[in-house]
Order: sequence, then structure tokens, then C-alpha cells
Amino acid sequence: MPEAKTVTINMGPQHPSTHGVLRVECELDGETVVKARPVIGYLHTGIEKTMESKLYYKAIPCTDRMDYLAPMSNNLGFVLAVEKLMEIEVPEKVKWARVCLTELTRVASHLVWLGTHALDIGAMSMLLYTFRERELIIDIYEACAGQRMMSTYFRIGGLSDDLPRDFDKKVRNIIKVIPERMKDYEALLTNNQIFINRTKGVAVISAEDAINWSLSGPMLRGSGVKHDLRKANPYSGYENFDFEIATGTNGDAYDRYLLRLKEIRQSLRIAQQALDGMPEGPYRAHVPGVVLPPKEDVLHKMESMIFHFKIITEGFKSPRGQVYQAIEAPKGELGFFISSDGTNRPNRVRVRPPSFCNLAALPALCEGRLFADVVVAIGSIDIVLGEVDR
Amino acid sequence: MLEMIVASSIKVIIVMLAVLTGCAYATYMERKVVAFMQHRIGPSYAGPYGLLQPIADAIKMAFKEDVVPDKVERITYALAPIASFVPSLLVFAVVPFSADFTLVGRQVTGVISDLNIGILFVFAITSLGVYGIVLAGWSSGSKYSLMGGIRSSAQMISYEISYGLSIVGVILIANTLSLRQLVEQQDTILHWYIWKQPLGFLLYLTCAIAETNRLPFDLPEAESELVGGYHTEYSSFRFAMFFIGEYANMIAVSCVGTTLFFGGWQGPFLPAGLSVIWFVIKVFCFMFFYIWLRATFPRFRYDQLMNFGWKVLFPLAVVNLLVTGLIVLW
Repeated sequence: MPEAKTVTINMGPQHPSTHGVLRVECELDGETVVKARPVIGYLHTGIEKTMESKLYYKAIPCTDRMDYLAPMSNNLGFVLAVEKLMEIEVPEKVKWARVCLTELTRVASHLVWLGTHALDIGAMSMLLYTFRERELIIDIYEACAGQRMMSTYFRIGGLSDDLPRDFDKKVRNIIKVIPERMKDYEALLTNNQIFINRTKGVAVISAEDAINWSLSGPMLRGSGVKHDLRKANPYSGYENFDFEIATGTNGDAYDRYLLRLKEIRQSLRIAQQALDGMPEGPYRAHVPGVVLPPKEDVLHKMESMIFHFKIITEGFKSPRGQVYQAIEAPKGELGFFISSDGTNRPNRVRVRPPSFCNLAALPALCEGRLFADVVVAIGSIDIVLGEVDR
Repeated sequence: MLEMIVASSIKVIIVMLAVLTGCAYATYMERKVVAFMQHRIGPSYAGPYGLLQPIADAIKMAFKEDVVPDKVERITYALAPIASFVPSLLVFAVVPFSADFTLVGRQVTGVISDLNIGILFVFAITSLGVYGIVLAGWSSGSKYSLMGGIRSSAQMISYEISYGLSIVGVILIANTLSLRQLVEQQDTILHWYIWKQPLGFLLYLTCAIAETNRLPFDLPEAESELVGGYHTEYSSFRFAMFFIGEYANMIAVSCVGTTLFFGGWQGPFLPAGLSVIWFVIKVFCFMFFYIWLRATFPRFRYDQLMNFGWKVLFPLAVVNLLVTGLIVLW
């Protein structure tokens, strides 16, 4: 028997810094990682399969539970895909409200990322600070949808309810407060020599590799590829907004940190524009038989009541066909592919989750590096296991 | 003779009680201070302001089931917590806590044992602490513990050298190894050795953090990589011994730092019998600084830590020693 030179360490599924139930099989030579193999499936929920047996509108809550840190983005992706399938045009106000809320979601998701990433590196105060700020955004979810995390606020053809009365005031408060607080984060991390040592030149991926691994989101832009679906393939009225695509240069964990901070600022900028330009109007499209009529009409008009009853009980029939709609979720390209066979339930829903595709690059990021860098690499990818396993 | 034994025994008991209570309340202080820095409340349920929390924790620890995994080396596994716990308490034998004072007509010295090589004793004993950690990592039969143990031994041995060298400057200037005489020389704030040895103090501070395995040098127990490090497989009172040992170490290096650089119990206003209060205040500031660091800094990576120790701290310590030596010579 040849002498064993390496030690295999099983990192996870219960491990404090694998962000859930990821398991990484690490082959170590001393402190150096020879081989790293991510093992997934511990949080498999069968969401894609479940959605096949649901009416279209009942499938929306499933999407929240994939990337539970960015519920609104998931809602948006699915809702846009169904709207594309049904050829529904939503009112302007809905578009603007959706943009505003998904950008806040991006901020919330990045804040959680920042907190957990810093915690992995050992700076534990960051977690508490970022969660404090995220709470403001969660409050907005609560005001809109009544739910703090699994909001399910977007509906096919509109929103579940009108925006709350103090929405404008609350969001403006966030836009004011978060940049102030971000100065603290930067003071703690950006120029901290230990943080720089831990992240600069760690978990590097070149632009070419990033494209070949089909990475998306900050993982791709961190390597200097200026690709953002909000610009490249605008949806939900993003062409009306003025913002910049932040990019990094070296493709290391430090660049991705700076990039996500820039993205938070840009997102707040978009949210500001969305608030300033928010048009008046209905919060649902008028598509009888597909989109629920206003509650007032349901109580007073015969036709509306019938439509309401029919939509709730048997949903709506979709035309035969296949659609793919991708959005720029906080973690990258989130795509929904829906294949319809003409019934009131999707024949097949396939999700293109950014976390899953980005996680595939983990071995490339940490092989040949030190064991401590695995943690930085996992943190820097920004995964949510609910989305990886679906 | 008998009188001396009785007096010493009483002092030992008082110091032991004080240190162990200090350890318990150091955890409380740490949790409260960190909570304050992180916009939290911290322990608040057990007693007023959560003041009984350390006692609740101690009771919980003592009554937990002692889980011993199958693959451990039983004897070493059982000895390791003791090997880590005992040295951390031994240090207090030579630390001068207060000035000499008269109590009911008897002269009382403010130190358990005024060893004339006190400072050597301190450094010899603190170095022993690493054995407990190495043995714990080795005997646990777990890869995570083993890695924690190896990291720890490498780290503590590397920092031991700079740690030792950092205080030689003070010894050269003071021309004594007795901690009590060191304190007596620093009779006013201007005579504190921190002014004569600023670099030595910074080196001492840094190395002391590494010696006590605190953030940003807490690699042996880097929870984000190694879960619990060397004490992953320990539970119940064995774990508590590591835990108390760690805090006792923190208090010990704070005490030694206070004695060497901040004039120990020396301070204005208070009579000799109460001079221990100055000592406690100074130690408290040290502890606060440690906790503050923990709430602020990320953790070093293993190789960076070693580089820092050997390529930055060690040369600085040598330079400091050489310069001090030359100044003392002329």
C-alpha cells in the first residue's frame, strides 16, 4: 500500500461557513488544498417539480423559497416568464414598483453576503451591522406583502396589493441611511490590512475562465466582464434607468467585495429614480380571466366575481409554447424556462440558478490554495443552498 | 515558619478565587462589551443585567454529559485540559497585586511568592500551556482537532520567541528579574517602562494576543475553518477547563503587561492596602483592549500569521533588544 500523503477532510454539510448545507470534500496536503469537490443535494426540495403540479399563480410562492435572501428577484423572474408566455403587458406603475423593490432586494442580499463573508474571515461585528440595515428593507417587505422574508408580492400581471401608503417615505429613508452606514463598513474592512491580505489574490478567476464556467453576476463582473442583463437585455423597464455596471479588474475576492459595495450604491440610485418617477395608475393589468380584477369590482360586478372565482379555482389556460426569461438577480443570471402544453399548469419549469452555476467553479477557485482560502472562496461566490439544490 | 505557611495559603486561596471569578466575569464582560459594539444587548436574563450569567454557564458546564468519542487516546485526552488549565493559573503565583501593607499588626506582602527570577518563571510557565493544546489536538482522533493542534503549536512556538525578546529590553533597563522590584522602580507615571520601551510594549501586546489565541490570531480555533479547533471533541467540564484556561491566560498576560509596562499597583491617592484597585483598573483596560480587537478585526491566514511572526515581529524584537542594549551599555 502506498503511503498516504494527503488527508481528506469533509467540510460540511454541518459546518459554520459553508452557508447552509454545502459539503466540500477537501483533499489536503498539509494546509494546501489539492482537490476540492463540492457535494450538493442536502437541501433538495424539488421546487421545480412541485411547480409542475401547481396553477401558475400558485407556483409563485415556490420561487421565494429558492433564493430566500432575495425573494422579490425570484418572484420577478417567474412572473416575467409567465407574462411573456401569456403576452401580458403590465401597467407602468407595476414596472417601476418592481424595479424599486428588486433593487432593494439586491441591496438586502448583498448586505447579507457582506456580513457572512466578513464573519467567515473573522470580522464578526459586520454581520450584526449589515443585518441591522437589512432589517429596514425587510420592514418594507412586511409593509408591502405582510411577510418579512417569503414575500410573494409580485403577481402575474401586477402586484398582490397596492404599494403601502408610507412606501415612499420608508424607501427614501433607506436610500439616505444605508450609504451613511456603508462608510462604517468601509472603515472596518476596505483598508484593513488583514482583510486585504485575506482576500486580495484569493479565489481568482480570469475573465476567460469566468465566461467558460458560465459564471454570472458579481462573479463574472469581478473579472472585468461588463455584462449585466439589466443593460444587455432590459426587462421590466430597466432601459429607463440611468446606472452604471460596476466591474472589477483582478477577479479576486477583494474585487468582488468592492464590486458588491458599488452595486449596493447603484441599486440605491436606481431605487431613487424609481421613486422619483413612479407613475400613478392601477397596480394590476386589466386582463380578464388571467389577472384578478380589483376587489371593489368583485364585490359589485357579476363578471368580475365570476372571473375572480374562476381564476382562484382553476387558474388560467396558457397557450402552447416555451419561454425563457432571465433577470439579473443579486447573485447573477436567474432564468426561468417554462414549457407549456396548453393546460392551466406548466408542463415543465426549469430554473437557471446563479448560485448553482457559480458554485461549480469552486474547485477552480481553491485548488492549490490554502485551506483557509476555501472559506473565502465559498463566501465570495455568494451561494444560497436553497437555490443551488432547488 | 508556620505563620508564613498560613499567610501564603490564605493569599493563594484569595488569589485563586479572585482569578477564577475574574475569568467568569471576563466572559460576561466580553459578551457585554462585544454586544455593545455590535448594537446588541448581550446576556440580560440571568439576574439583573445578566450578572448571574457566568454562574449559570458554569453550572451548565458542570452538569453537561461528558462525551468522550471512541477514537481518542484516553489518558492524553483526559490530561490535556489539565495541562492547559494549570499553567495558566500558576502564573499568578509571582504577580505582585498590591503594595506591602500592615494588617492587624502584621506586615503583608502583596505577592504570593516574591521570586527573584519572577519574570523567567512567568515565561517558562506560559510556554507550558501549548502542551495542553497540542496534546488535545493529537489525542482527540479528529482531523479538525489535529489541524487545530498543529497550527497552535506552530503559532505559539513562533510567537514565543518574539514574546520573550519583547520584554528583555525592560529587564535590561531595570536590571532585575523580580516582578516586585520592577513595579517598585515605576513609582510615578513618568517612570513607567512603556515610555522607555514603546516598541517593546507594542511587541509584547501583539505577541501576547497570539499567545492567548485571541482574534486576530485565533487560528487554532478558527471556527470558520476548523469548527472548534483543538477542543472540538471536548465537552462538559473538560471543555470548561480549556475555556477558563484561555481567559485565565488573558488575565495573566494582562497582569504581566501591567506589571512590566504600566507600573503594576502603583498609583496616586490610594493607601498601600488598597493599591490593588489600581492594579485591577489597569488589567481591566488591557482586557477591554483585547475584547475591542476581537470585535473589530478579521482573522489572519495561517501562512500570513507565520510570516508576520518571523519576518516582522522577530526582527523588530531583535532590533529593539540591540538598541536598548547599546543604550544601557553607554
